[in-house]
Amino acid sequence: MPKKKAPRKPKLAVWKFASCDGCQLSLLDCEDELLAIADAIDIAYFPEATRAVVRGPYDVSLVEGSITTSHDAERIHKIRRASKHLVTIGACATAGGIQALRNFQNVNEFISLVYAQPQYIETLKVSTPISYHVFVDYELHGCPINKVQLVEVLNAFLNNRRPVIPSHSVCVECKRQGTVCVMVAHGTPCLGPVTHAGCGALCPAYNRGCYGCYGPNDSPNTTSLADRFEHLGLDHAGIARSFRTFNANAAAFRHESEAHEHNI
Amino acid sequence: MEASAQQEEKPVAVEGGLRTGMINATEMQRLIDVLRKEGYQVLGPLLRDGAIVYDEVEAAGDLPAGWMDEQEGGVYHLKRRDDDALFGFAVGPHSWKRYLFPPMRRLWQAERKGKGKFRVIPEEETPQRRAFLGVRACELAAIAIQDRIFMQGPYVDPVYAARRQNTVIVAVNCGHAAATCFCASMDTGPQVRQGFDLALTEIVDAERHVFLVETGTETGAALLAKLEARPATNDDLAEARRIVERTAESMQRSLDTTDVHDLLLGNLDHPRWDEVADRCLACTNCTMVCPTCFCSTVEDLTDLSGKTAERVQLWDSCFSMQYSYIHGGSVRMSGMARYRQWLTHKLASWIDQFGTSGCVGCGRCITWCPVGIDLTEEVRAIRATAPPAPALEDESEY
Ligand code: SF4
Ligand code: SF4
Ligand code: SF4
Repeated sequence: MPKKKAPRKPKLAVWKFASCDGCQLSLLDCEDELLAIADAIDIAYFPEATRAVVRGPYDVSLVEGSITTSHDAERIHKIRRASKHLVTIGACATAGGIQALRNFQNVNEFISLVYAQPQYIETLKVSTPISYHVFVDYELHGCPINKVQLVEVLNAFLNNRRPVIPSHSVCVECKRQGTVCVMVAHGTPCLGPVTHAGCGALCPAYNRGCYGCYGPNDSPNTTSLADRFEHLGLDHAGIARSFRTFNANAAAFRHESEAHEHNI
Repeated sequence: MEASAQQEEKPVAVEGGLRTGMINATEMQRLIDVLRKEGYQVLGPLLRDGAIVYDEVEAAGDLPAGWMDEQEGGVYHLKRRDDDALFGFAVGPHSWKRYLFPPMRRLWQAERKGKGKFRVIPEEETPQRRAFLGVRACELAAIAIQDRIFMQGPYVDPVYAARRQNTVIVAVNCGHAAATCFCASMDTGPQVRQGFDLALTEIVDAERHVFLVETGTETGAALLAKLEARPATNDDLAEARRIVERTAESMQRSLDTTDVHDLLLGNLDHPRWDEVADRCLACTNCTMVCPTCFCSTVEDLTDLSGKTAERVQLWDSCFSMQYSYIHGGSVRMSGMARYRQWLTHKLASWIDQFGTSGCVGCGRCITWCPVGIDLTEEVRAIRATAPPAPALEDESEY
């Protein structure tokens, strides 16, 4: 009787664009799960972890980072063509990242200020998320992403089901944990009510307001929250700044910061 | 033999135990000790992160002696009292719901057993005996509402029921109402009426710091019998009643419940819903802090190899978009639809469903709403500007 061939393991690739590597490292940080992951998937391209390269096509591509150069804008199309599923991970890939702060200014001014030899720098005027360029099957938010959620997304794609990643506010996590609301009890401005859950309401648990690392939630009423911030003593510059961090270019946060910038 | 030995242990041999008694504030430690010795985990108020929350209390010293709260829409502050009252504050961000209907609970696990077969491993819960210390009248009313939700009818939540059975309730009559409290208008407080084992009224003035203790059950009477108590005089009782009356009179907020069912359901297109939705963050805080809100979701998780799975139950809220998700999208996309769903359920369709209002007037949703949305104000606004409501048809026709 002919021996049955072992079923082919799904192939995973991890790609990097403009980013800090923090999200990819979340995958390496999955110590407990890493063996199971390696068992279930063929990690075919992951320069951060291995030199071995397996050519595409890939079943799942994880993409970290934003598009900031014309070369990258082409490269992402090649990756899309070589990938069955493309999942973007982190604030850079899903919203443009902290480097999207350039989108609000003239990038040439930054370049001449930052680099000694600006003539060697070639960059786009704006930093954009991957979804501006190619179709994305799933976006996993966070700066950095939560490793448990990353495993859940991989798991869901491996098992052909929807990832269980709630898109409600951070407040839900805060209240389930029993954390005392820093905005109500301390008057600390907190982005939790408009921010996508996922971090486990880490900052409020340490008496800090939420910084919005996971970007806007599924129905962010940023205008009402900004009114509250004003009531708590923030001026327009302060409000604009609070919405302008890792997810500055995410539509809801961008619109809110721009609305206040014009009032400064 | 055993029964008589037990009887001998009791220092006061009144049949059925003492019904009322006076104890010094220092007896609070003995009460906690007695409960702990009988295997109860004592949960009560304590100071944490700038608020009075509920958690395990090991000694009377853990209680927030001399502290009170100041509350307004979206604002909560602690303030020093000019006495050492142990319960001189109103309700805080936590409610007892977190112990009877916990925010997260595993329902079961499953294990793959060969091809196409799996074994379900039910979650075993050994109920922990718990004593709730400092339960307010509005909270007793809220527990009674959740009792109906989880234990009445053909589908009883066995875990809730077991937890409930293993709970002893030491209630407290309120000597102070926050500006957000409106239990008097909801007819749930501030005087506790039923659903307690023991009920305390704190009397603290220049001369004395004592508690009137009233018993509601035999368990409560047995507890009182273990405390160093003296009989309560008529003066003691009168003073305790006066304290609660003063609290009721000092209450600043109210909700006019006259015909509120028809008022809200007859004004589903009132422009006020849009106005409140402009402010509402759909953040869910109001529902999470509400002691009667009972919605939950389940999450199914699998391990990477697909060998094991588990189902977890979590608090959910009608303010979240995913809550009303059915194939193709969410039913309540707008913040307006979600706020309206919440308020009409809480104050109107809840009556159709459970025969009582879903609101006990604790005011938590007002205080802990980050933008201070106040349901009493919303109802007032709708009432003030509603066109005369056409009488609603009988519910059976819905
Ligand atoms: S601390 Fe922030 S995230 Fe937590 S409940 Fe308050 S507003 Fe929401
Ligand atoms: S609706 Fe508000 S006031 Fe009424 S019981 Fe719930 S939290 Fe308390
Ligand atoms: S009413 Fe307040 S607490 Fe409730 S969802 Fe709206 S903003 Fe959040």
